[in-house]
Amino acid sequence: MTADPSLRDFVDAVGRDDAVCVVGGRTQWSVGGEPSRSARTVQAPSGIADYHPAEMTVRLGAGTTLAELDDTLAARGQTTVVEGAPDATIGGLLAVGRSGLRRRRVGPMRDALLQLRYVSADGRLITAGGPTVKNVTGYDLCRLMVGSLGTLGCFAEVILRTRPRTVAAEWWHLAGEPFAVAAQLYRPSAVLWDGESTFIWLEGHVEDVAAQGALLAARGGRQVEGPPALPPVRSSVAPSRLAAVVRDGEAGRCVVEIGVGVVHGERPLPRAAPAAPIVELHRRLRDEFDPTRRLNPGRDPLHATESA
Amino acid sequence: MVRAVCDDAPMRIGRSRTKATAPVHDGLRDELAAALGDQHVHTSSIDTALYARDASVIDEGATSVVCFPATTAEVQACVRLAAAHGRPFVARGSGTGLAGGAVPCGGAVVITTTRMDEIHEIDIESGVAWVGPGVLNLDVTRRLAPYGMHFAPDPSSQQSCSIGGNVANNSGGPHCLAYGVTSAHIVALEVVLPNGEIAMLGGLDAEPDGYDLRGAFVGSEGTMGIATKIAVRLTPNPPTIRTMLIDFEAVAQAGATVSGIIAAGIVPAAIEMMDALTTRAVEDFVHAGYPTDAAAILLVEVDGLSGGVEHDLQTVSAVARANGARTIRVAADEAERAMLWKGRKSAFGAIARIKPNYYLHDTVIPRTRLVEVLAQVYAIADKYGIHVMNVFHAGDGNLHPLLVYDAREPGMTERVHAAGKEIVEASLAVGGVLSGEHGIGLEKREFMSLQFSEDDLEHQAKLRRAFDPFGIANPGKVLPSGASCGDVFSMTTEQQRALRDGGVWL
Repeated sequence: MTADPSLRDFVDAVGRDDAVCVVGGRTQWSVGGEPSRSARTVQAPSGIADYHPAEMTVRLGAGTTLAELDDTLAARGQTTVVEGAPDATIGGLLAVGRSGLRRRRVGPMRDALLQLRYVSADGRLITAGGPTVKNVTGYDLCRLMVGSLGTLGCFAEVILRTRPRTVAAEWWHLAGEPFAVAAQLYRPSAVLWDGESTFIWLEGHVEDVAAQGALLAARGGRQVEGPPALPPVRSSVAPSRLAAVVRDGEAGRCVVEIGVGVVHGERPLPRAAPAAPIVELHRRLRDEFDPTRRLNPGRDPLHATESA
Repeated sequence: MVRAVCDDAPMRIGRSRTKATAPVHDGLRDELAAALGDQHVHTSSIDTALYARDASVIDEGATSVVCFPATTAEVQACVRLAAAHGRPFVARGSGTGLAGGAVPCGGAVVITTTRMDEIHEIDIESGVAWVGPGVLNLDVTRRLAPYGMHFAPDPSSQQSCSIGGNVANNSGGPHCLAYGVTSAHIVALEVVLPNGEIAMLGGLDAEPDGYDLRGAFVGSEGTMGIATKIAVRLTPNPPTIRTMLIDFEAVAQAGATVSGIIAAGIVPAAIEMMDALTTRAVEDFVHAGYPTDAAAILLVEVDGLSGGVEHDLQTVSAVARANGARTIRVAADEAERAMLWKGRKSAFGAIARIKPNYYLHDTVIPRTRLVEVLAQVYAIADKYGIHVMNVFHAGDGNLHPLLVYDAREPGMTERVHAAGKEIVEASLAVGGVLSGEHGIGLEKREFMSLQFSEDDLEHQAKLRRAFDPFGIANPGKVLPSGASCGDVFSMTTEQQRALRDGGVWL
């Protein structure tokens, strides 16, 4: 199966029969529903197994914290697109699949996962994806698994794509609406709007951040320490709907990610019920991957409740 | 044609004796004609022969009917009618695939999307364009030009390949190094599922609930249904682009330069490498001023804001010089840039002047093992007495050895196949993967067990079965099967009835 003892131990821990729930840093514990009390908790292996800065890949146990990953990569001038609380585990962040504020520039978190080893419901160690930054060999199980809340398999080990750390970073604050000013900029990392003022995150080469910052200064912007505090309830819409969400107050007081569609508000936005074929596909996938529903019971990716 | 590795089911050279073809004028043909119009259902021997092939070397396919739907509803009708008659189906865009993905197996009905070539809507605010699957890749970018946007995935075949095909193969291209492969640029997909139902996978919503069905569908090579409307992501055009042609007297120096660029913390928009044989062939064809006496050349492109681009340009030049670069030529204007790229993108066409047949390989290896594997590729080609040209996406380790030969030479085709297998094995041995861009199709399905265990492959089969429990969508592709192309499909009458009665999942 595998020569790695920590992976073998995790396979044994997950077992084959009873309900199990993988616990990481508990930083997004109730997303998708509270896990069933009857489920036995297990923890994924942690630690950096392999890091090749020149290859731009890093292999690590799914139980590794974001802080440990970031420290290891920062020492070599790299990072990943995985963002979250420092004590969150990489496996947990991928299982929930929520991207960070940089999504507008660097893309969603799911595109960082190159290879995943997970323990299946029947106790086998499965490898999905591959160790290279480019790969179309077979089906994209990695995409299926990101955001699956651990209901299709228990993440054991991942290979992530790394990227160079940006040299310069600045947060800017301007009064007024974000749309015209965002259109003037080239790939800002984030554009946030709270209905009254706009916050912009510039990252990149020193020269580029300076040039874009000058544009913002000319529009009356000023540099600030960081983003505004984000209200606790997370929702999402199409980016074109953000103006209406802010104007109509559907989510209460909110901060929205322009160009992305994520809403940080006081209450969740109503969602349309999923279409019947989608519900059916979810049921079929669950039946294939976890027929007895023993993996992370109580969590339902299709009706993920919004919480902090 | 090159034989598959699996000795249990050799794919024969020339016409297979096990092709399954239904009688030409059965009820299926008439019902399809009623749904699409007579002129959009083809059964002539010329059409069925033509549409049994794609751009791969595989000639095992056979079909008895080729449909040309124009709308989602018509695609749905084709899928339902095929199933009702116990027939599988295969979708086809431009037929430019190199792995046999569009080759009809098991008597599959060919459903061609070429009439679905409309760009329905450009939604700048949402950052997407909604297009039909038959729209050509480059045509999307052309239509977006007035908005200062483009569609980032740029396979060399982009003048002919379709968006639907790009979705099926999760296509790449030189600019995927910095911008990502097709999957990162598909926001939503309206699909006709194998049971005939229509579903929207993904959406404009940033974080839809549920599994990433959109991501699972992209790259599934037509085995999960047919995409009928695709929301592609719009990418803003970079304000500044600088393109460099760098030549070297040794391949190792070019390889070290690639590694050095990445180590310097730069991810260029593209890094392409061409070897000596390729460079000479391209120069004869395109006359772009490629240095024909170089051992290897790099085409490096950096883009973004002008300050950062200038900075990157200096860094790349410094790295190249430190690794023995002979000349560094920076394109002075858009015309020169276009010419340099034309050379790279015409590389495969240029070889037709050397030999009449070619087999283009596609594997990925860790970037730092590039020079070592390249040496092995030359040794393998040498051992079998075959010319090899190498063009590749050096930035992400995606190798494209091009074996160039004359199929009329006795024993040559077998040698080409054996050499290909060794190239795949050499790539996997250094920690690479079977395919970076072309997909598995028919060509590499028997190699899948070199990379994945049986358990791994069973899990891929689970994903496929969840979408297509009866295996009617492009059977015989991607996952290994003991069966030959003609024999891959069978459906019981109960299953047929179940599908006909409105897509009941058994």
